[in-house]
Amino acid sequence: MMNNIRSFIEKAGWPRVIIALFLLGLFVMAPFVRVRVDTSISDTLVRFGMNGVMVLAMVPMIQAGCGLNFGLPLGIIAGLLGAVTSIELGVTGLPGIFTAMLIATPIAIVLGWLYGQLLNRVKGGEMMIATYVGFSSVAFMCIMWLVLPYKSPNMVWGYAGAGLRTTISVDGYWSRAISDILAFNIGDFFYCPTGMMLFFAFLCFAMWMFMKTKIGTAMTTVGSNPEYAKAAGVNVDRMRTLSVVLSTVLGAIGIIMYEQSFGFIQLYMGPFYMAFPAVAAILIGGASVNKASILNVVIGTILFQGILTMTPSVINSLIETDMSEVIRIIVSNGMILYALTRVVKVKS
Amino acid sequence: MALSEPLLKMEKIGKAYFGNRVLKDVSFTLEKGQILGLVGENGAGKSTLMNILFGMSVIQETGGYEGKFFINGEEAQFKNPLDALDAGIGMVHQEFSLIPGFTAAENIVLNREPTQYNVLVESFGDRLRTLNTDEMELRGKTAIEKLNVVIDSDTLVSEMPVGHKQFTEIAREIDKEKTQLLVLDEPTAVLTESEAEILLASMRKLAAMGIAIIFISHRLHEIIDVCDKIVVLRDGQVVHETTPAQTNVMEIATHMVGRNIESAFAREETVRSFAKDILKVEHLWVDMPGETVRDVSFSVKEGEIFGIGGLAGQGKLGIANGIMGMYPSGGSVVFDGKEVVLNDPRSPLSMGIASVSEDRRGVGLLLEEPISWNIIFTTLQMQSRFLKPVFGGLFKIRDEEAIREATQKYIEALEIKCTGEHQRVQELSGGNQQKVCLAKAFALHPKLLFVSEPTRGIDVGAKRVVLDTLREYNQKRGTTIVMISSELEELRSICDQIAIVNEGRIGGTRPATCPSTEFGLLMLGEIKNGVEKVGV
Repeated sequence: MMNNIRSFIEKAGWPRVIIALFLLGLFVMAPFVRVRVDTSISDTLVRFGMNGVMVLAMVPMIQAGCGLNFGLPLGIIAGLLGAVTSIELGVTGLPGIFTAMLIATPIAIVLGWLYGQLLNRVKGGEMMIATYVGFSSVAFMCIMWLVLPYKSPNMVWGYAGAGLRTTISVDGYWSRAISDILAFNIGDFFYCPTGMMLFFAFLCFAMWMFMKTKIGTAMTTVGSNPEYAKAAGVNVDRMRTLSVVLSTVLGAIGIIMYEQSFGFIQLYMGPFYMAFPAVAAILIGGASVNKASILNVVIGTILFQGILTMTPSVINSLIETDMSEVIRIIVSNGMILYALTRVVKVKS
Repeated sequence: MALSEPLLKMEKIGKAYFGNRVLKDVSFTLEKGQILGLVGENGAGKSTLMNILFGMSVIQETGGYEGKFFINGEEAQFKNPLDALDAGIGMVHQEFSLIPGFTAAENIVLNREPTQYNVLVESFGDRLRTLNTDEMELRGKTAIEKLNVVIDSDTLVSEMPVGHKQFTEIAREIDKEKTQLLVLDEPTAVLTESEAEILLASMRKLAAMGIAIIFISHRLHEIIDVCDKIVVLRDGQVVHETTPAQTNVMEIATHMVGRNIESAFAREETVRSFAKDILKVEHLWVDMPGETVRDVSFSVKEGEIFGIGGLAGQGKLGIANGIMGMYPSGGSVVFDGKEVVLNDPRSPLSMGIASVSEDRRGVGLLLEEPISWNIIFTTLQMQSRFLKPVFGGLFKIRDEEAIREATQKYIEALEIKCTGEHQRVQELSGGNQQKVCLAKAFALHPKLLFVSEPTRGIDVGAKRVVLDTLREYNQKRGTTIVMISSELEELRSICDQIAIVNEGRIGGTRPATCPSTEFGLLMLGEIKNGVEKVGV
């Protein structure tokens, strides 16, 4: 029995066990400080589904040895372009979301390909370069959001009649269009976004399958030892580019999932910090800079988003002042900081 | 009969890594002023034993060791190398741990510098005492003199020849006043013969001063020369303990490998003949750093084992790497009547040419992946085997079952010592890693196989297995093998013909039955007849 526990801890890794126990502790504590457990679980599920795809986007690049995708904002921008265009066209419901994805994907492929070419020229320093690719693309788009000729009155500034607003509501278009498929409520407070869960599960499964194909295997090998891969007849640069494109496309799809659940599209500085929670989640899930699995994605997202949901509400109720935003910032950045210290060695 | 306790006493030391037993019941004693020669094949457990003695953290991290050892009669339990240093154990590693930008003297007294008072000490304490450079010089000089060598203590380590670096390291150990036991791990490997002589002489001198020495070396005649006692390890056990007076090189070697050493390089004296050329290389040049190939032409006949020899840096390794598309190259390579596209690794692979790289850890292996991946990956990529269709043939994924079976087959056939096909390759010993590399090439079912330095860095026993495997593979399947090696005797033992590369060009090709002296002359470029063909 003791041995079983020990080998489980060894496998899962101490950090994950501790974080999971902490999360469990928060759930146990919740009823005592008048925080509803069912609402909390529901919130955690929703956040899990919202963020899951963006965490999954980390996997291909990690496996191909391109490091953590700090340039995720690039994919997010592609997703945002898809989303606003879909609203501009006025497509509603599920077709609206698919239109958004359909438009976002080719943009993401092009941007990802360019981004991949850049990363192939800076082997060894990918993560630093990626961070600034993300930042500068966000800055560039700050100009573009103003200039691009979108006309829908739901999206442009009212007083000027031109330029997109910082926050655009998707209400009336495709708010929760995926989440609500097969969704159900238990009581007044528990809501399960079944559709979003299924969609995330499907993407995870597709990624898992992809990693088992010939190309997926080659990608993993490129990350493990590029020289070996080259000697085995694999085009290393092409594999790396492919991984970056995949990651960018998943980033685009991820943000559309996020928006349909969240209900708003956030432009301008919105995507600026989006990469960090995703990076932190996958690291907390047990991935390292060159090895990540689907399990890491799922566990990491649950733990990270769970803590992020629970800590502010529980602590807020404990100290009976409204500090939820402050606590959220402390917790999320603290977790990111912790996760980034894990970059080198994970199994400790 | 020694009245006092021996300086070092090992009692039933044992150690296992990941379930692999590497040491078992090792016991021996070492008296003050004695030199003990520790010999064994690679992977026999010498390094592990020394790591235990030196309290290296890798031992603790992998579950500690069994047994006890005593220093001057007291049980020693070192938690880290600092404890070992305190107990007076000095170690000189194979890899240098010197600071290149410091002088010999500075390196020798590093962190034990003599210091003197200055005014800052009043306010900031002893850490700000000034170095006493004169005394440092003096101590450096004394330590170097004890070794009977002439090294200027002012010389920067970065400007020293390798031999002097080695002496500087040893000087550092003997400068420590407490040092009573010195471990030298293959100190002569990097030395020239005359330098080695000097080192042996200084070892005797140190021993006379009462310092005990554990001397690890593959050069058996040195061991016999200098040691008072010889311990032979094999597969983690002490198989033989003797003194130089009672033994000779042959006997030690036999104990090391556990079988008769002479058979290792025996060859069958049959001259085989072959009809058809399978590989024709003309005017090949390869831009491989350190192994530039300038203008190489040769042809290999179907079914033969063709050797390529030559001194290091002359370009012999570049030939295989160039043809396999690993480095920029040009010229013409025709295989089986078809032109091989250079600079494209897929082209030779798809035509049935496989290669075992000389850079095992850098190019040959995925160290962090399981054995199975290492073996099947190239085959999976190039020949799309080990894949199975899913969703009614929509796409194909890895067939784990087929991979497991194939891997098991190779593990058994090549006697790869491991805990299973999922073990990560970095946990294997050099010889077993090499076997994995061979299995990888065999899995491709190649028509022609390049094998570069197949026995580099592996021990005599594994060498034998590797060479036998190659010969057997050649005979049973008729696979043409091009073997590239710096060891002439190895080439002569299994090849049919040997080409010697000199300065990026073929110096000459001879049947392997030619005397070694002839090859020696070719290597040195003494015979200038690059285009000469030898009829076989």
